[in-house]
Amino acid sequence: MTLLAFDWALLIEKLVLIAVIVFGSLGIALYTTFAERKVAAVLQDRPGPNRAGPFGLFQPFADGLKLIMKEEIIPNTSNKVLFILGPGLAMTAALMTCAVIPWSSHVELFDRKIELQIADINIGILYVFGVVSMGVYGIMIGGWASNNKFSLMAALRGASQAISYELAMGLSLIAVLMLSGSLSLKSIVGEQMADGSLWNIAYQPLGFFIFFICALAECNRTPFDLPEAENELNFGYHQEYSSMKLGFYLFAEYVNMIMSSAVMACLYFGGYDIPFLDESTLAPNIAALLGVGALLTKIVIFIFIFMWIRWTIPRFRYDQLMNLGWKTMIPLALANMLITGAVILWKAGA
Amino acid sequence: MQALTNRGQEVSRKPMSFMERLYIPAILKGMAITFSHIFKKKPTIRYPEEKRPFSPVFRGLHVLNRDEEGRERCTACGLCAVACPAEAITMEAAERLPNEENLYREEKYAAKYEINMLRCIFCGLCEEACPKDAIYLSETFAPANYTRKGFIYGKEELLIPNPKTEPEAHAKAKGL
Repeated sequence: MTLLAFDWALLIEKLVLIAVIVFGSLGIALYTTFAERKVAAVLQDRPGPNRAGPFGLFQPFADGLKLIMKEEIIPNTSNKVLFILGPGLAMTAALMTCAVIPWSSHVELFDRKIELQIADINIGILYVFGVVSMGVYGIMIGGWASNNKFSLMAALRGASQAISYELAMGLSLIAVLMLSGSLSLKSIVGEQMADGSLWNIAYQPLGFFIFFICALAECNRTPFDLPEAENELNFGYHQEYSSMKLGFYLFAEYVNMIMSSAVMACLYFGGYDIPFLDESTLAPNIAALLGVGALLTKIVIFIFIFMWIRWTIPRFRYDQLMNLGWKTMIPLALANMLITGAVILWKAGA
Repeated sequence: MQALTNRGQEVSRKPMSFMERLYIPAILKGMAITFSHIFKKKPTIRYPEEKRPFSPVFRGLHVLNRDEEGRERCTACGLCAVACPAEAITMEAAERLPNEENLYREEKYAAKYEINMLRCIFCGLCEEACPKDAIYLSETFAPANYTRKGFIYGKEELLIPNPKTEPEAHAKAKGL
């Protein structure tokens, strides 16, 4: 009876954790759309949405309701299966990333030690990269299935942009991996939390800089929002989409933003580490809750920076995008990797 | 060649320096500018709650006036309709009956008085043409409507409330 010998509590624990994290990310994404509009407004000396509820706090629900109530249009000449698959894939890929992010240390509940991470797999960051590269299929399939030249052009742009920037992103990441010697996000965070060790940003400022720019490009955020360039491609890959399918595309962008912020916080800013505080002196449950708060704070700061950049910098031209990716980012990332390796070797030799 | 103004400036064709080619300082400068706007005062007027004050000479919606005793001043002479360059005003005259002296000031009055607010250009010529001070332009403007018909204002919309029977509404319409 191996089936009955299975640790059922673990299954329940993980299911609850998955539900909380997925719905939590969706909830945060909901309010990120609101925050985007508010940040844009504040940076442009406007009050922003303020009609729905106090301070406009119900605005995301009004927006969501509007999107759901809109007429669903599937173009006659489109490939129907792919047309529906596109937004679903974009959303799935965006949400799948959250599986390996360590949201905090562990809580002790009902005599069980519950890790606040869905899966601590030893190739965590590799998994993130795999899933993120899948996200571009959402754009490509959506653009292809729309059967319209602007959407197709946007899909091509999206694909080439993702490939170009993933390279530099991966190369800048290798330097971090050389420092930590592990691909598991949990141990990368653990290493930064250990006594006397600094956050990785102290060792890898250039690496973080490259990673950050590539993250902007991977999330299709301004200045790298070429796949949806309104004024040249007429909204690009989601031009033919309406109703909640469009909502999924827009939403996936925000979920992507949250996930890349979380990954950046874990890789370079100590994840759920609270600066100048030794978490081991606290009760584990309190430490875990504070850790979640610390990680969320870091995520919110990153999201604000994403938005701040969006409302400051205009979009790159396509050739500038490729120049930056291939002629600047990749050589810089290679140099960063080389220097890191040399320093590690020199330290080991000394 | 003589320059048209003294404001012309030579375009610099100098190749960019290394710092300029990095773009990062320029981007940071731009971000500092946008960040400083967080603390700026917002010039927005939150419309239905707050309204921009109009000047006293603002020409808005028309009001058909009454005299101190609450009698309509209009005698349906038609001078306003003649003066109207947009041909927005139509009216039908009627004769005052013996028991209506408290309603109408003159022997003749406007039984129907309509202004098409979609045609009206709010020039104020009707106000100038009126010999009886019966029509003037207020400081409000026409609200939105669902149909074109809704923009044809009749006497119910235009007539000022009676100062005798509804003094408060009258004062409000006068803007006092």
